[in-house]
Amino acid sequence: MSSFLSYLINGISLGSVYAIIALGYTMVYGIAKMLNFAHGDVIMVGGYTVFICTSMLGLPPVVGILAAVVICTVLGVLIERIAYKPLRGASSLSVLITAIGVSYFLQNAALLLFGADTKSFQSVISIPSITLMNGEVNVSGVTIATVVSCAVILIGLTTFINRTKTGQAMLAVSEDKGAATLMGINVNRTIAITFAIGSALAAIAGVLLCSAYPVLSSTTGAMPGIKAFTAAVFGGIGSIPGALIGGLVMGVIENLSKAYISSQLSDAIVFAVLIVVLLVKPTGLMGKQIQEKV
Amino acid sequence: MENILEVKDLNVYYGVIHAIKDVSFHVGKGEIVTLIGANGAGKTTTLQTVTGLIPAKSGAVSYDGQDISKVPGYKLVSQGIAHVPEGRRVFADLSVYQNLMLGAFTRKDKSEIEETLKMVYERFPRLLERKEQRAGTLSGGEQQMLAMGRALMSKPKLILLDEPSMGLSPIYVNEIFDIIRKINSDGVTVLLVEQNANKALAIANRAYVLETGRIVLEGDAHKLMEDPQVKAAYLSE
Repeated sequence: MSSFLSYLINGISLGSVYAIIALGYTMVYGIAKMLNFAHGDVIMVGGYTVFICTSMLGLPPVVGILAAVVICTVLGVLIERIAYKPLRGASSLSVLITAIGVSYFLQNAALLLFGADTKSFQSVISIPSITLMNGEVNVSGVTIATVVSCAVILIGLTTFINRTKTGQAMLAVSEDKGAATLMGINVNRTIAITFAIGSALAAIAGVLLCSAYPVLSSTTGAMPGIKAFTAAVFGGIGSIPGALIGGLVMGVIENLSKAYISSQLSDAIVFAVLIVVLLVKPTGLMGKQIQEKV
Repeated sequence: MENILEVKDLNVYYGVIHAIKDVSFHVGKGEIVTLIGANGAGKTTTLQTVTGLIPAKSGAVSYDGQDISKVPGYKLVSQGIAHVPEGRRVFADLSVYQNLMLGAFTRKDKSEIEETLKMVYERFPRLLERKEQRAGTLSGGEQQMLAMGRALMSKPKLILLDEPSMGLSPIYVNEIFDIIRKINSDGVTVLLVEQNANKALAIANRAYVLETGRIVLEGDAHKLMEDPQVKAAYLSE
């Protein structure tokens, strides 16, 4: 029982990281109608930024985290400006290929700058762990930080979208760019803001991920990126609650299958569940019915 | 009369197709001007070019004496141009209230926005009744009212209406044309694009007839109603 509980808690923790990353995918997809496959690599850039700040320059962890958020935000906006904005109106296949190109560019740039050897990442989260059930279940500080961050981000984002003008503009742009323009909304600026938010979230995900699994290499972001993308599709791409649910379900399934079935097969099981969900409900768990426009 | 909008020698292409050919027209302050014509004559394209949704190949568009042909579309709203697009294009997933507030996106003063909102709800009582409802669940006529109310939320000086009667039941058509007249008597200049030439000419001061991208006739709306050419082509009852 207690081991099940700790597997479950670890699954929720991993799922929370997936959810934070999936939010970036889902928001960008909802508003710019594109899959930003470079999103996962922004996580890696966030990880390296913290590594440079804390391990190499000896700066306090808070500075490292802030630097990661700032650098990833700027990077996200630059990627959109340089690589995606010129392709507005181009076929979605061109955009997809460009996104894959940006992803490889970031991975290889990191390889060039930091070398091929994996760095060991010093956790920047110094929250004490707590024990539950008379000491039988141990919840680490990183886990607490991850779950709390995920909750805060989700509440913050929902409030931002529902309560601010910029948030409402994002909803308008996601539904109809032309009509949004007629409301006086600057569509390009709104898309840039979306990339900024998504990339800032990727930076936070990078910090949490590298603190929980303390190795860093140029492909650190690739697998979590793909898993989080899967989580976003699983939950219904474009839907914010869907990203949360998709992320949590993926994380829990992955950890429980690692614990009880096979650690080699866990990824296969996760993707098999995705396939089943998509067969039954092609738009994902929380996805909207796709309406054909006349 | 002072012109609020002046379009000169406008040419628009879709790829190699010459959609708008040397179109010139003007709208005086306080007028209702209508562009009538058959499907595909270029009415919608003309409006979309005026509000910067489609780039023009050549020609000049000036609003309130300022050249606006290079101004990005989203900036025209705060200058006082509202455009109710063809097919209404309400934000279907958002509530009626959210749609209306997006119409006031460029305005800052909260109490003034509140005042306009009250005015819009007075003009369209049905929107008040349904303010929490998703816009996608409204009937066609109600969506048209929402699209017009949303445009009025920006407090425009000039409103462009693209086929407001399209696809509506006759009762709604009469109501919509009534409302257009009221909006105009509140001091908003109206540029109306319509296929329903009867109704449009009845409320307009002046009219232009578009045929395959070219203006073929223009003049006083009531005189055009008597014109044998217009009667034969557009007023068949």
